[in-house]
Amino acid sequence: MSPNELSSFLIIGAILFSLGMFTVLTRRNAISVLMGVELILNSANINYVAFSHFSSGNHAGQIYAIFVIMLAAAEAAVGLAIVLAIFQLFHTIDVEAAETLKD
Amino acid sequence: MDVSTAVFYLICLVTVVSAGMVAFSRNIIYSAFSLLGTFMGVAGIYVFLGADFVAAVQLLIYVGGILVLILFAVMLTHRITDVEITNRAAGRVPALLVIGVFIYLLIQTVRETPWVKAKEVVYAATTAKIGDSFLYEYLLPFELASLVLLGAMIGAVVLSRKEIKE
Repeated sequence: MSPNELSSFLIIGAILFSLGMFTVLTRRNAISVLMGVELILNSANINYVAFSHFSSGNHAGQIYAIFVIMLAAAEAAVGLAIVLAIFQLFHTIDVEAAETLKD
Repeated sequence: MDVSTAVFYLICLVTVVSAGMVAFSRNIIYSAFSLLGTFMGVAGIYVFLGADFVAAVQLLIYVGGILVLILFAVMLTHRITDVEITNRAAGRVPALLVIGVFIYLLIQTVRETPWVKAKEVVYAATTAKIGDSFLYEYLLPFELASLVLLGAMIGAVVLSRKEIKE
């Protein structure tokens, strides 16, 4: 682990990805699931920027990271709007409660 | 151990610990505020990777935008006093098993792969180069991004407004 090694950044990304995955798998609260998705996107961004910094020498990875951040902002806006709509309809945001389509 | 290495360890610690708080905290308010530490830690990691512009964008959009949006959604959908039920979790043990195996495989892969490194790693200001790239080789995705954001904005407004019935 040192700031001059690629592998330390990849390990940080792996840990963030696993924690985000754990959040998405276990939470029953829709907002928490969205938080887990944000963690996963951040870990992917760390990998993009780390590979771009240590291997290629150009900044294509940084540009991809900026696009990912942009899409994360759009995803958060639409996702939270859907959560608010579900809350108005069911008065809960438990993801197991919104199962009207099953019937 | 020099100062920059110590700062790097500190930033990594803050990032991982606050991400753990997001994953394990019982209170959704704590989860949402821990996300602040994660986002700022990731911005610090970008600084260590020589990506100054991406770090600034991370601070502006994640901390200034997405985090505030998440906090608004939490405040709008919860009675804050009901701490016990705000952040229910289910199926933790099987999820921990799956995630444990997964993170073991990932770290083994990272350790055993012989990564090819560039001859010399440069630390230079990136903003001008990124701006040039957005207006030359990435012009089409850049314009499409504005369309995506417009669509997301209209979609969010349509989804979250209350329907007024006569």
